[in-house]
Amino acid sequence: MKYQHGPLAALFCALVLAACSGPAELNGHDITGVMPALQYELINEQDRTVEAGAHAGTIRLMFFGYTHCPDICPITLGRIKAALSAFPPEERSAFRVLFVSVDPQRDTPERLREYTAYFGEQVIGMTGSQAQLQALSRRYRVTYGYGDKNESGFYEVSHSGGVFVFDREGRARLLFNQSIGPQAMAHDLRTLL
Amino acid sequence: MKPTGLEALLPWEPLWPLIAVFAGALLVYLRGLWRRRRPGDLPGAAAFLTGLAGMYVVMQTRFDYYAQYMFFVHRFQHLVLHHAGPFLVALSMPSAVLAAGAPNALKKVCRRVAALAVFRWGYRLLQQPVIAGLLFVGLIYFWLLPAVHFDAMLSARNYWIMNLSMAADGLLFWWFMFDPRPPGATPVTRSVGLRILVLWAVMPPQIALGAWIALSDEVIFDVYAVCGRAWPLSPIVDQQIGGLITWIPAAMMSVLATLVLLRLYFRQVRGQASGSPRTTTKVTG
Repeated sequence: MKYQHGPLAALFCALVLAACSGPAELNGHDITGVMPALQYELINEQDRTVEAGAHAGTIRLMFFGYTHCPDICPITLGRIKAALSAFPPEERSAFRVLFVSVDPQRDTPERLREYTAYFGEQVIGMTGSQAQLQALSRRYRVTYGYGDKNESGFYEVSHSGGVFVFDREGRARLLFNQSIGPQAMAHDLRTLL
Repeated sequence: MKPTGLEALLPWEPLWPLIAVFAGALLVYLRGLWRRRRPGDLPGAAAFLTGLAGMYVVMQTRFDYYAQYMFFVHRFQHLVLHHAGPFLVALSMPSAVLAAGAPNALKKVCRRVAALAVFRWGYRLLQQPVIAGLLFVGLIYFWLLPAVHFDAMLSARNYWIMNLSMAADGLLFWWFMFDPRPPGATPVTRSVGLRILVLWAVMPPQIALGAWIALSDEVIFDVYAVCGRAWPLSPIVDQQIGGLITWIPAAMMSVLATLVLLRLYFRQVRGQASGSPRTTTKVTG
C-alpha cells in the first residue's frame, strides 16, 4: 500500500506546498535554500580584485546593471536608497548594495565610483572580466546581453531586474522584483537585521 | 552570450549522468539495429532517433540556455520533452531492438528491477488510466503555477527536477498510449477505446491553460524579467507565444495520437480476424 500511494501522496504534498509557498509576511520572494550563498570575484571601484568575504557580516543587496542604463538601474538604485533611508544610521550601516556592472567596456572603476556616489555610501560598484561576470551571472541564473551600437556608439544592455539579498552569513534570502516599493523593501530587509 | 560555432552544441549546464543515459540508449539501440539487420526496423529507428535527439538537444545544448531565459523557448522545450520526443520514442516501439542490443549484464539488471514488487506496483499505479491522465496534465499545471515556476527557474536543482519529471512522465504516458500488445496482454495494456478517452480527456485542460496564458493581459511569469531575457523581446509577446505553444501543438498531439491508435486498433482487429481459429456458425432450424 505504501508504494502504491507514494507518487500520489508526493504529488499532493507538492501541490499543497506550492499553494502555501512564500511566507505571507514577506513582500519579496523568499529564496532561502533556493539559490547558492554569495560568492564572487570581481573588480571594485578601486580597480582591485574583491571577493565576497570583503563585506562579510553585512546584509548585501546585489543588483546587476550598467551605468548607461536609462531606466531600470537608476530607478532600482533610487528605490533601494529610499528603502535604506527608512533605517536609522546605525542600522543602515549593516547594509551594502553591490551594484555589479555587466558592461565592463564602458564602466571603468572610476566611472562606477562617480555613479554609485549618487545613491548613497552603502552602494559599492563592481565589475569584472567577461569570464568573472558570466561565472557570477550563471551562479545566480541571470543573464545579460548587448544590443547593437547606434550611430553615436551607444548600445543597450539587457540585464536582470532583480535585487538579490544575502544575510550577514552570505546566505541567499530574498529576491525583489521590479514591482516592489521602498516601504515594502524596507519591511523585508528589517527581518534580516 | 551568443554561442560561437561548437559552443552551440555543447551543454549549457552539463548533466553527465543524463548524457550517459542518452549515450547508453543510443548505443544499445544502434547495436540492436545492427544485430537484427531488418529493413522493417528502419521507420521505427527514424522515429526513435529523432525523438531521442530532440529530447537531448533541448536539454543538453545551448538551446537550454534560451529555454532558461525566454518563456516561449521554455514552453517549446517542454513540448519536446513531454509531448513530441517521448511520442516518437514510444511510437517507434523500440523494445525489441533495445532488447537485441542490450548486453546480457544490462538485461539481467533490467529483469531484476522489473521483478521488484515496488517497481511492478509503482509502474502499474502510474499506468492506471485515470492516474496517467491526471499526472500528464497535472505536471504541466504544477510547473506553471507562478510561484512554483519562479522557484524552478531560479534553482538549478528544481529546474532539472522539472525537466526530468516532464521527460519521464512523457515517456510513461506515450508508452501507455502506444503499447502495441493486445488489450489485457499485461495489467497495464488497455483497450484502444479507453486510451483514446484518456487522450481526449487531457486535451481540454491543456487548451484552457494555454489560452489563459496566451490571452492574459498581464505578465504572469515575472521570473524572466528578474533573470533577464536572452534577447530583447516584449514580455507580453514572449508570454503570448509561450501560451500558444502550450495551447495548440500540445493539444494537437492528442489528435495525432488518436490517428495512430485507430491504426493500431484496425491492425488488432485484422490480426484477430486472421489469427483466431475459424468459427462456424451453427445454423439450426
